[in-house]
Amino acid sequence: MLLKNKETEDKFFISLKGEIDQHSCQKLRDHLDNVISKSNKTKIVFDFSDVGFMDSTGIGIILGRYKKFKNTKEFYIENANPTVDKILKLSGIYTIIPQI
Amino acid sequence: MNKNLMSLTILADTKNQAFARSVVAAFCTELNPTITELNDIKTAVSEAVTNCIVHAYENKNQDNKIVIEGIIEDQIITVKISDFGKGISNIEQAMQPFFTTKDGEERSGMGFTVMKTFMDSLEVYSELNKGTQIVMKKSIAIGDEVVNA
Repeated sequence: MLLKNKETEDKFFISLKGEIDQHSCQKLRDHLDNVISKSNKTKIVFDFSDVGFMDSTGIGIILGRYKKFKNTKEFYIENANPTVDKILKLSGIYTIIPQI
Repeated sequence: MNKNLMSLTILADTKNQAFARSVVAAFCTELNPTITELNDIKTAVSEAVTNCIVHAYENKNQDNKIVIEGIIEDQIITVKISDFGKGISNIEQAMQPFFTTKDGEERSGMGFTVMKTFMDSLEVYSELNKGTQIVMKKSIAIGDEVVNA
């Protein structure tokens, strides 16, 4: 899971890559906590353009970041492919982390 | 009747998750599934394998195994995923959406929900201290025939 980040005036984009499952989740969790805590932007966007596969482990990771940082950050999701979008929709996560 | 079968034994280690998904996906290709059908099956397999690794075996050692079986009969794929671990004490509770026994580990508790949603059927068999078997089925629609020139 390689992360590539970019910033705009008000948002910090985290570009996730590869496959998100139990095998990749620990490293991903550590990376996300590191980059989110270091960003001075209040709006964090998870860009799923390059995520080819994700199971419900990924839902746990994204929700975990939301719970950990919700007092200081707003979270958004973009560019999930149909497969990833299906599991995101099933989880109901869009009700608290909307798509942009 | 078109019939095929496969069996794979893997170490219950997360490094084998992608491998397990790929094997079952490759096995399904003779049915010409759509991308959606294939990804549904891969996701369900990933959830079941994760459950085995995370929940079935509390002592991580080299003897912990997962058996993955695939059966094709006409247009129906059956996937059975078995572990030989601690078993599930309350299957009904375990299958409730968002239920998890691993509070504090950021688990979504959605594994069984995903399997039920992405496959056509799901059955769970378990015996304490013996293990658990997941049986999932999916019917693959017959697509347009591709004729090679």
